[in-house]
Amino acid sequence: MSIFANKGTTVIVQGITGRDGSFHTKQMLEYGTRIVGGVTPGKGGQKFENTVPIFNTMHDAVRETGATASVIYVPPMFAADAIMEAADAGVKLIVAITEGVPVLDMTRVYPFVHEKGARLIGPNCPGLISPGQSKIGIIPGRICKPGRIGVVSRSGTLTYEVVYQLTLAGLGQSTCVGIGGDPINGTNFIDCLKAFEEDPDTEAVAMMGEIGGTDEQNAADFVKQYMSKPVVGFIAGQTAPPGRRMGHAGAIISGSSGTAAEKIAAFEAARIGVARRPKDFVELLKAKVGRGKTKSAGKPAAKPPARTAAKTTKPAAKAKKTVKRR
Amino acid sequence: MNIHEYQAKELLRAEGVPIPAGEVATTPEQVEAIARKLNGPVVVKAQVHAGGRGKAGGVKLAKSPEEARSVASKILGMQIKGLTVEKVLVTAAADIAAEAYVGIIVDRAAKKPVFMVSPAGGIDIEEVAAKTPEKIRKLPIDTRYGLTPYQASELGFFLYDDTKKVRAAAKIMQQLYTAFMKNGCSLAEINPLVVTPAGDVVALDAKMTVDDNELDRHPELEQLRDVTAEAPSEVQARAANLTFIKLDGNVGCCVNGAGLAMATMDLVKFFGGEPANFLDIGGSSNPEKVVNALKIITSDPNVRAILFNIFGGITRTDDVANGIVTATKQNPLKVPIVIRLTGTNEEIAVKILTENGFSAMTDMDEAVRRAVELATSGNPRPTTNDRGSA
Repeated sequence: MSIFANKGTTVIVQGITGRDGSFHTKQMLEYGTRIVGGVTPGKGGQKFENTVPIFNTMHDAVRETGATASVIYVPPMFAADAIMEAADAGVKLIVAITEGVPVLDMTRVYPFVHEKGARLIGPNCPGLISPGQSKIGIIPGRICKPGRIGVVSRSGTLTYEVVYQLTLAGLGQSTCVGIGGDPINGTNFIDCLKAFEEDPDTEAVAMMGEIGGTDEQNAADFVKQYMSKPVVGFIAGQTAPPGRRMGHAGAIISGSSGTAAEKIAAFEAARIGVARRPKDFVELLKAKVGRGKTKSAGKPAAKPPARTAAKTTKPAAKAKKTVKRR
Repeated sequence: MNIHEYQAKELLRAEGVPIPAGEVATTPEQVEAIARKLNGPVVVKAQVHAGGRGKAGGVKLAKSPEEARSVASKILGMQIKGLTVEKVLVTAAADIAAEAYVGIIVDRAAKKPVFMVSPAGGIDIEEVAAKTPEKIRKLPIDTRYGLTPYQASELGFFLYDDTKKVRAAAKIMQQLYTAFMKNGCSLAEINPLVVTPAGDVVALDAKMTVDDNELDRHPELEQLRDVTAEAPSEVQARAANLTFIKLDGNVGCCVNGAGLAMATMDLVKFFGGEPANFLDIGGSSNPEKVVNALKIITSDPNVRAILFNIFGGITRTDDVANGIVTATKQNPLKVPIVIRLTGTNEEIAVKILTENGFSAMTDMDEAVRRAVELATSGNPRPTTNDRGSA
């Protein structure tokens, strides 16, 4: 009942001893994420909080732990290298939280990661959470609840706002993915929509886009052509002036392209329910879920996670180890 | 970050791009002196961060130093798209036989820098793209390998037939690409790239945009920033590590997170108001940031009400509350404030606020609606902050 990460996902934290890395590692451990190691060059052999082994390199960490994922909290100038190191070491899911990665760095990183067969989420993103199973990144665990709504967003706090309202309304989530606010990111809306469409335990999708680029328009085309599950969408930046970068490096209207109006029109053309404000998600989704399946909305899926884990651990390169642990 | 034409030309010259001689000036007297030195007809060009300078009368040809001085006195101080011209570039005039366009832009969809070249240069390339797309050649570049010689040559042959010119153009494209990569650009263009009657290929205009995320790596480029082209409040905000964009409305917004900040502005509009600004105090906010944010918001005389919208994830809402209390003790507010906060340490935050005479709301829509009401109801209340119903 999730995409990209589940109970079986084993995670290395790159930059585990840094300010943000250590803070969020504790949070992830508390949530139940299987943090199996950390990397800080020069601190190999030590332990984080007396429990998590620290390694000097990603190759060491992956060889020793068999981890399938990594999460990156290193400063922006070193983030691109950290992503490539993770992909080279063989993890299949890389979540880059770091904000401020130069876009030209990403032009080198993206094809490299792609060729290694890894999935990169971010950079400049809050990561992802499959409620009740695993949280990789910084999304606050207590605002989420297990359930059947898939959430995908370019934003952080706006996602929290919407997820929290869903949770309060009894609409739990299968997985919430923050894909990040940069112009070049590893995973786009379509990647997530596709995964949600294939996930048997996701019933409907909430999608939060913003001004800039054409990712939402392409996502709308995808929904129109391939999605059988209902999608509700929102675009932030309806009042943003053109030519200004609205906080996120990617949130900029260039010339007359990438406006909220154009994205909302694309949503409407694809019969995506349009939330005019964050609050609308609750009513729009409530109207769409539970139509086909009766025991849907809000209830944590009753299936044992171990079974679904086998199905949803898509890039199972270290399959042997994963199986052993189960 | 945008840089001026004269700065972009310096960066391109450093890579060897042929560019007519020129110097920058701030007074008509300097312009005259430079024109005398260049010893021939010159072009005086306004240096502002706006397109369409020529149409606006910001680019003039002068045949003598005296004429250069006279056109400069008209251009300096003129307004182009709301920006005052503080500097002009005085450059040797070149005779033009043909004009082409050469540019590189980071393409989000291709996830690569893409070269765009066109033999139809000298005009807005978006116009060419719309009217005669066949006159544009696009070429995505894999930055791991860079612009290869054969690619540069292909692009050259798209512009010219004559092999000598093709070679010259290919060389310039390599140099442009080097400057683009070296300076961490998201855009670099030469428009027009001209052929002179003598057959030389030279760059007459240049534009470069530096990726803000590269500035830590390139402190020397930060020096090129022209703060006179920005609103003073935005300069102040950057110094305080806040992301701030001034807008024309009267509801001052202070939010954590860019997406939520945009959504808050949209909601202000939804309820019939107009946001005065975009302001993101960022993730791990400390009270100091909030104090600075309030200083910047309240310095805008248009602001009739202030709206805080904080969703505490990493941000601790008690930090924000402390910031509000400290800031308002230093500078009592002259306009009402509406505070919405929820999330991490909410109980502590509410306690801090109520002890200091503020009230806090938890619902985003109600808070925004209230702020809009207060901003539009006319008279700002000079004494206390809003104690509206939560």
